[in-house]
Amino acid sequence: MGTIKKYLRVLRKPSVHYSLGFLTLGGFIAGIIFWGAFNTALEATNTEAFCTGCHEMRDNVYAELKTTIHFSNRSGVRAKCSDCHVPHNWTDKIARKMQASKEVWGKIFGTIDTREKFEANRRRLAENEWRRLKANDSLECRNCHNFEYMDFTRQSKRAMDQHSTALASGEKTCIDCHKGIAHHLPDMKGVEGW
Amino acid sequence: MAKLIKTLMVKKAILAMAASVALVMSMLAAPVMAGETYISTLRGEVDLNKEETAPMMGKVMNEDIKRKRDYPMAPPTIPHKVDNYPVNKNANKCMSCHARDRTEDSQAPMVSVTHYMNRDGNFLAEISPRRYFCNQCHVVQLDSKPLVENEFQDVYKIIGEKK
Repeated sequence: MGTIKKYLRVLRKPSVHYSLGFLTLGGFIAGIIFWGAFNTALEATNTEAFCTGCHEMRDNVYAELKTTIHFSNRSGVRAKCSDCHVPHNWTDKIARKMQASKEVWGKIFGTIDTREKFEANRRRLAENEWRRLKANDSLECRNCHNFEYMDFTRQSKRAMDQHSTALASGEKTCIDCHKGIAHHLPDMKGVEGW
Repeated sequence: MAKLIKTLMVKKAILAMAASVALVMSMLAAPVMAGETYISTLRGEVDLNKEETAPMMGKVMNEDIKRKRDYPMAPPTIPHKVDNYPVNKNANKCMSCHARDRTEDSQAPMVSVTHYMNRDGNFLAEISPRRYFCNQCHVVQLDSKPLVENEFQDVYKIIGEKK
């Protein structure tokens, strides 16, 4: 207790040895370095290598993603984990990263550390993501698939019919129809539209 | 079917004949020419230690136009892409459009009413489990030339009507 009080007293006193200019400039530069390091570390947790560092992700959802068009395709554009599961907007991203602490908890206590446990939780986990994408109007889909840039004449008739009506009017959002496009589906009993 | 069995039997006979000829030849100590009794297998005429160049993958027709059925009981072919459509224990993507209660939204044709019948002819609420795996009968079509000649004739052609 005594040491904490001592340090607090030091913090409250004005500087004796360092000039105001040095402290301002030094604080500014230290701030830039801290900010850069923080964002670099944050971005590191958005990489494919980081996400697949755990066998829970590597052997289940990542293995499933590999077979889909979002992983490999004719034009060589890949949607990696964070493109769909982490918001791009900074405040939303920080909010999502704070939520992710729950996932660290899950990792430590082995919530889905076997295939069987993962399958048992698949519906719950899928519903989390469906709910999120429904709430933000499929924002992560739209980061790449912009409705304004869609050319209906280049779509198949079925796609054109749905996109020009239900999607255009805002009645439906991407995730309402496009479930299970990157991962296997859970038991769909009782899900609307299935 | 009978024709197929007949061809198989003929093939078998030819094989047996070839084998016996080879046996007699070897007994006579005459050298057998390699490849003389060569029978093409599925892997084609490529040496065992070489790899066949894979044929180009065909393009699935995706024009959403119904096709004529070759005979009344023929399962309709799928006129659109079905890439990554799951049909498994958890989900049946086909039925999310073609099920009875989904056709109003999707405007897709409902699966045949026979698919809601069990083997005793009783109607079920859901698609019958024996009809669950759509791709057993219904398949997409590729925009490519047929690999073998098709001698199928429409019934109208056989009975001489509607030429």
